[in-house]
Amino acid sequence: MIGSDVVIENVNKSFGDFKALDDVSIGIKKGEFFSLLGPSGCGKTTLLRIIAGFEEPQDGLVLLDGANVLPLPPDGRKVNTVFQNYALFPHLSVFENVAFSLRLKKRPESEVRERVGEYLKLVELSSHAQKKPAQLSGGQKQRVAIARALINEPSVLLLDEPLSALDAKLRQHMLIELDAIHDKIGITFIYVTHDQQEALSVSDRIAVMNAGKVLQVGTPQEIYESPATDFVAKFIGETNLFEGVIRSVRGEMTEIESPEFGTILITDVDPPPAGTRVSWTVRPEKIRIELDRPQRARDGLNVFQGVVDEPIYSGFQTKFYVKTPKATLKVIKQHADWSDEGPEIAWKEEVWLSFSAEDAFLVEVKR
Amino acid sequence: MKRGPGGLYAAPSVVWLTVFFIAPLLIIVLYSFMTPGARGGVELKPTLDAYRAIANPVFARVTFNTILVALGSTMITLLIALPCGYYMARSSKQTLLLLLVIIPFWTNFLIRIYAWIAILGNEGFLNDLLRALGLAQDSIRFLYNRWAVMLVLVYTYLPYAILPLFSTIDKFDFSLLEAARDLGATKLGAINKVLLPNIRGGILTAFLFTFIPIFGAYAVPLLVGGTESYMLGNLIADELTKSRNWPLASAISLVITLVTTIGVMLLLRANGTNVLGGGGGKEESEGKAGKLDALAGAAVVGTAAVVGAAAPAGGGR
Repeated sequence: MIGSDVVIENVNKSFGDFKALDDVSIGIKKGEFFSLLGPSGCGKTTLLRIIAGFEEPQDGLVLLDGANVLPLPPDGRKVNTVFQNYALFPHLSVFENVAFSLRLKKRPESEVRERVGEYLKLVELSSHAQKKPAQLSGGQKQRVAIARALINEPSVLLLDEPLSALDAKLRQHMLIELDAIHDKIGITFIYVTHDQQEALSVSDRIAVMNAGKVLQVGTPQEIYESPATDFVAKFIGETNLFEGVIRSVRGEMTEIESPEFGTILITDVDPPPAGTRVSWTVRPEKIRIELDRPQRARDGLNVFQGVVDEPIYSGFQTKFYVKTPKATLKVIKQHADWSDEGPEIAWKEEVWLSFSAEDAFLVEVKR
Repeated sequence: MKRGPGGLYAAPSVVWLTVFFIAPLLIIVLYSFMTPGARGGVELKPTLDAYRAIANPVFARVTFNTILVALGSTMITLLIALPCGYYMARSSKQTLLLLLVIIPFWTNFLIRIYAWIAILGNEGFLNDLLRALGLAQDSIRFLYNRWAVMLVLVYTYLPYAILPLFSTIDKFDFSLLEAARDLGATKLGAINKVLLPNIRGGILTAFLFTFIPIFGAYAVPLLVGGTESYMLGNLIADELTKSRNWPLASAISLVITLVTTIGVMLLLRANGTNVLGGGGGKEESEGKAGKLDALAGAAVVGTAAVVGAAAPAGGGR
């Protein structure tokens, strides 16, 4: 199987007054594991349905290897879908579900047996071939849906929140399997999800969407470490997001006048001029929390004092909400190495917070 | 079947069925083996005369005609009901459409047949319209033939087919059709290979709810039919009222009951579906209880239809 590149150009789609997709353009590379990530109603599923052929956009283009596929019906596109609720045919056995597209093409029985056997093996369901979908567990149904979509040898596989109906543990497991299948067959995967954890862990690149618009396209690292907008910063992972005005710029080191914290030092490769209103962010795990005041040894270390409001212990880490005089900061302390832990930090305790300028970023320029 | 104190709670329905269903059926069985009375009724002299009379070729001809009309009208009814049910299930105005299907029931069945006579008659609305438009000089005789009978039968039983089909299609997961299209099926292919097999239970229910009462039809062929559209229901009625041969009428009724019951049972067995439940594509375990229920259901539907058809004949004149 060979993957296709998919280009979405200026696609618009409205349902009545509701604008589901607002001038969306995305380029997806051959063989990429590409995620469309956003909250429900952001348009990601609509975009997937347009690529599959179940919806028609008001205008725009969808190109598969350079050819516009919009005039083609769903059965005419080299694209297959794994549906959110699996959409397995309840009246057919696992074998016949997977064989469905081959039967439509009237392939000889020997070929059908061989190919279905091969794909059932790929998803490790060989021993369940004669069962009906109702007799399968959620994870098994999921795998039948994947085998059924792949046997058609599509050049693009569309996955519409394929793991949302599974429990957390199974989801992790299926995610790893999906990734393995993608590596094995090498076609383009377009994966729709509202779960940022899923998207971050398997995608080559992610498009973050909200309210019908694409806000940022980038690798998981780019999206996590340097979010392009406030929404992306808040939607991906946990964050501390504040506003301020740029006071001075010295090289990459930028001083921000923050109403909450006084002066904040951040780094940015191309900071806007002094006087610009901006939003800035620092991830909770980048903030150090200590009982003693850190020595101001390094240049560009931001230090404040606060009171622990609420520690939330979750095994491998503890999340603290720390009250500073004018704001609350989220801080995550990873429990990596007990020798490095220091004394336990408790509720109502006075603590020192610090983060270096390299760990804080400018997000948006405000007008 | 479950065992427990439930048996006691079933007592009222057992009494009801015994008094109003099993007892009359037994009376019909007994009558069929008696000698006809001079002014109707029976004399208590056992004989097999009634069953010998069934061998008469008239009976075979009427039976053949009945099967023809019943199968034809049932097929037409289903062909109309399927798209209707589909449309209703997908529509956002379900309540309104359901109401439209049910509204005809608010008018008496006989009145609705006479309404058709008023439309199709020689001086009826349709002929008036055709004459006014200059499309016909003389009246066209629409009534009193097999086509008129089938038209009115289809009209009468359409709701009985639409409702079970609607309720099954409504439970159908339409994303399955998208999945089929996605896997390369055309629109029609998706309907054939995915929709129809999954609503088989509803189609079967609609078939039985239409075919069985049409098989026992009496009033429609009597009022809008001609001699060629004489059906078994009419034969039973005439034996009761004109020939005053109650044992023969009973014997014909029983044969119809037996034939429809066996037919329904075979259909159910072939499908393995719980008809009265509709079966929205969910696989149900087929236990002994399930089969017994299906059998009982089939017997009730079959017999009720025929007894129901014969009842107005007995009481009407």
